[in-house]
Amino acid sequence: MASHYEAPIRKPLVIGDKSYHDVSVDISAPIEGRASMQWWIVFSIALAALLWGIGAIIYTISTGIGTWGLNKTVNWAWDITNFVWWVGIGHAGTLISAVLLLFRQKWRMAINRSAEAMTIFSVIQAGIFPIIHMGRPWLAYWVVPIPNQFGSLWVNFNSPLLWDVFAISTYLSVSLVFWWTGLLPDFAMIRDRAVKPFQKKIYGLVSFGWTGRAKDWQRFEEVSLVLAGLATPLVLSVHTIVSFDFATSVIPGWHTTIFPPYFVAGAIFSGFAMVQTLLIIMRKVSHLEDYITVQHIELMNIVIMVTGSIVGCAYITELFIAWYSGVEYEQYAFLNRATGPYWWAYLLMMSCNVVSPQIMWFKKIRTSIVVSFIISIVVNVGMWFERFVIIVTSLHRDYLPSSWTMFSPTFVDIGIFIGTIGFFFVLFLLYSRTFPVIAQAEVKSILKASGSKYKKLRDAGKPLYQMPVVKAGKNEVKAAAAPPAKAEGNVSDLLAKLGAFDPSKDKADDLKKVKGIGPKMEKTLNEIGIFTFAQVSRMTNTEYDLLDEITGSFPGRAQRDDWAGQAGKLNKNS
Amino acid sequence: MNGVSLDNVPVIIQPGQAPKTVGLSFGYGRKVGMKEEMQTGVNAYAVYTNFNSVQSVSIEKADGLHEFACIQLQNTLMGRGEIIKETTLEKYTTEDAHEWNPVPVVSLDHQEVPATTVDLWASFDRSIGHHFNMSIDLNACTGCGACVIACHAENNVPVVGKTEVRRSRDMHWLRIDRYYSSEDTFEDDNIKKDEFSGAFESKSGFEEMERSAINPQVAFQPVMCQHCNHAPCETVCPVAATSHSRQGQNHMAYNRCVGTRYCANNCPYKVRRFNWFLYNNNDEFDFHMNNDLGKMVINPDVTVRSRGVIEKCSLCIQMTQKTILDAKRDGRVIEDGEFQTACSNACSNGAIVFGDINNEESKVAELKKEDRMYHLLEAVGTKPNVFYHVKVRNTNEA
Repeated sequence: MASHYEAPIRKPLVIGDKSYHDVSVDISAPIEGRASMQWWIVFSIALAALLWGIGAIIYTISTGIGTWGLNKTVNWAWDITNFVWWVGIGHAGTLISAVLLLFRQKWRMAINRSAEAMTIFSVIQAGIFPIIHMGRPWLAYWVVPIPNQFGSLWVNFNSPLLWDVFAISTYLSVSLVFWWTGLLPDFAMIRDRAVKPFQKKIYGLVSFGWTGRAKDWQRFEEVSLVLAGLATPLVLSVHTIVSFDFATSVIPGWHTTIFPPYFVAGAIFSGFAMVQTLLIIMRKVSHLEDYITVQHIELMNIVIMVTGSIVGCAYITELFIAWYSGVEYEQYAFLNRATGPYWWAYLLMMSCNVVSPQIMWFKKIRTSIVVSFIISIVVNVGMWFERFVIIVTSLHRDYLPSSWTMFSPTFVDIGIFIGTIGFFFVLFLLYSRTFPVIAQAEVKSILKASGSKYKKLRDAGKPLYQMPVVKAGKNEVKAAAAPPAKAEGNVSDLLAKLGAFDPSKDKADDLKKVKGIGPKMEKTLNEIGIFTFAQVSRMTNTEYDLLDEITGSFPGRAQRDDWAGQAGKLNKNS
Repeated sequence: MNGVSLDNVPVIIQPGQAPKTVGLSFGYGRKVGMKEEMQTGVNAYAVYTNFNSVQSVSIEKADGLHEFACIQLQNTLMGRGEIIKETTLEKYTTEDAHEWNPVPVVSLDHQEVPATTVDLWASFDRSIGHHFNMSIDLNACTGCGACVIACHAENNVPVVGKTEVRRSRDMHWLRIDRYYSSEDTFEDDNIKKDEFSGAFESKSGFEEMERSAINPQVAFQPVMCQHCNHAPCETVCPVAATSHSRQGQNHMAYNRCVGTRYCANNCPYKVRRFNWFLYNNNDEFDFHMNNDLGKMVINPDVTVRSRGVIEKCSLCIQMTQKTILDAKRDGRVIEDGEFQTACSNACSNGAIVFGDINNEESKVAELKKEDRMYHLLEAVGTKPNVFYHVKVRNTNEA
């Protein structure tokens, strides 16, 4: 696959002249480095929102659903709106990782890891609502068909809510397995680079002992395809089943056969918008612009535009069918939806979901990062209102006018929703600092075909790989020969700070005792003029940087291993 | 009036009230020996003199806003004549029943057939044992509300107070819907709605129909659980907490309910009520269920519901079961009229009749065969065990 020919008109998927090693370094940088100030600020805000949400949930469960704004006519509102919204957002992950894998869309490789993470985190948020919206959530396990001692009591397989239980739990488990399988070689890469034993241990555990044998890779490829095959029907089935909650009912505005395809399109629509939101931030913060390129953003914008148009068609079809049905309740339900007391929600839904993505027809706009970011947020606002419109405006004025009423949320409704947003971002921010956020093993597999460095080499007719020239004599110390001319100034700077080595007075230490310094590095250090632990122990960040500049290899290695600290200890011991 | 003044009496303008008149009901405003939560309204006896309930008063507008706790917020029928079917005496006596009580039809293989004949489900054999039905005659109902009170008392329906009612969370198992016409008559409403053409006219037209006429027609309709043989609530409950009995009732197993409220959403009649809070033993709801004396009025034959479960009309199953068991103990056949519910007992006009339709001689079986019989929202296909009788108005000027 690696040497597979790709037409020159195809734009490179990885830009910035990346080599294989660069990919490893770039992907592991956020994990190995320290968290930035911004990360801590955003994380604190998300954590505060999560805690607020937990408080609101505890209040609900201890006091009653009456703390929400629901009433006898509108028995579901924000709870199920949020549930459907979060499930919908989850859909893009599976589509990107499974369907695009089967269609061999290589551009997915830069975004599938984060999209799948988003899927899992948002399905977790979604899963909260069906449980806490129950009047007696401590009995939630009754909706699972487990053998019980209540007599012959069994679940009701006619109920779409029960189908939801199966749909969502299947979805979560398949997505999780799929995600983790893809993570194995990447975790192994992090493990192999890890220098602190604790991290090495953890990443060793989560990579399930990946060794990188050919057999590992073969099984990996096979299981990925099998899981993709399993996950693909889920893209269609999960939101179809969620739509059955409404479609199989008798309420005008819910009882609609168009719901399954309409919900699936809407789910992909909102999911891609959320991926767009997250990745536009992430590529900037984690410096992944070379992997998540403008081309990726553009392709996602096209998906958003297409699914948005499908959703628009569905909205208009609904209106047509309501008129065509000749059923007065149906007709009034849709008239009320568009022009009744909740007209503003309908207008928001229409303008955010149908009108706003249409500007993506212009290339200039769909390649603009700022506009893409704004539209991605607008779309998810619109999709939230779509579910609100379907649920609340259908319920609040149904058959008998005597029951008609309005719904307004309480601070608890709002608090729980904000809480799930906080929870989602807490999970995502932790993920972005501990997980390889790009499927680097997969990206490496397309580097030769689609990486800009190799594409250029191929276009120039040069070989893609050249054997490095082997240097003679291992033990020979060629003092001052190795450092390139431009680094000479740096060498003297460095030695000035660390102290020079006087062979007549001092004795050379075995620098290999310092973890992270091998025979090769020892030789390099010796060439510079560093021979003793004392010298190494005087190194600080400035010296490390200088050293990196001189040697040009393993940047950041010395900091991570804390050479100075190690050398200090060794110096005392010797 | 006569030096007596009532301050800050909240006013709600009712359609049909004669100009320059006000109405104030007796029986409210009592303070002595009542819990604070229950001290409601204004004492009208202050302006009651010479045993004459009609007095002349002068009214001054005061500042302030009072939010009435209304059970029903939408007062017109929006031209949905099939909910309360009515006709004139003239039509009723001269025309065929299908003229003034049409059966809803649907198209099946391009033939118009009665809507209820098109069915997904296989029916149970309902010919054995009792099959309870309830008949409600819209002609006899005056909207007095005795049935609502009887139902509350019989079934331990919690009193939830004004705050909850303002949030549309009344707990009535049985309510009386009261509609005003928007045009001069309900018939005019239906005609107006049918003549809308186009979306814009419909929009403005329906907005007009949301307001009642200055001098409207009024209609009452008691609505409780319709005990549908094809109940939308039963299919959607994930834990089968609501299910159908062999006797025609739609059961509610409070113990099994986990409170998803899906059933309440899917009920076309919106008769299911949710326990939003713990309404008993809770000092937040300081009525009768939180103190020893108040608890003495709780019916021991009926469960007091906990927080987080749905409840609704059971067709007073505790009463029908008692009748069945008493007859079984005595070894006799149950006679017509023995089966009763709280509401049918309470109705002084005989508007509500309850009984067993498998007993062919029963009154309710006869009423079901009458021309005036119709089911509420028949076209939805729920096949209710509660049926209504068309309201007949004598519109001839005397």
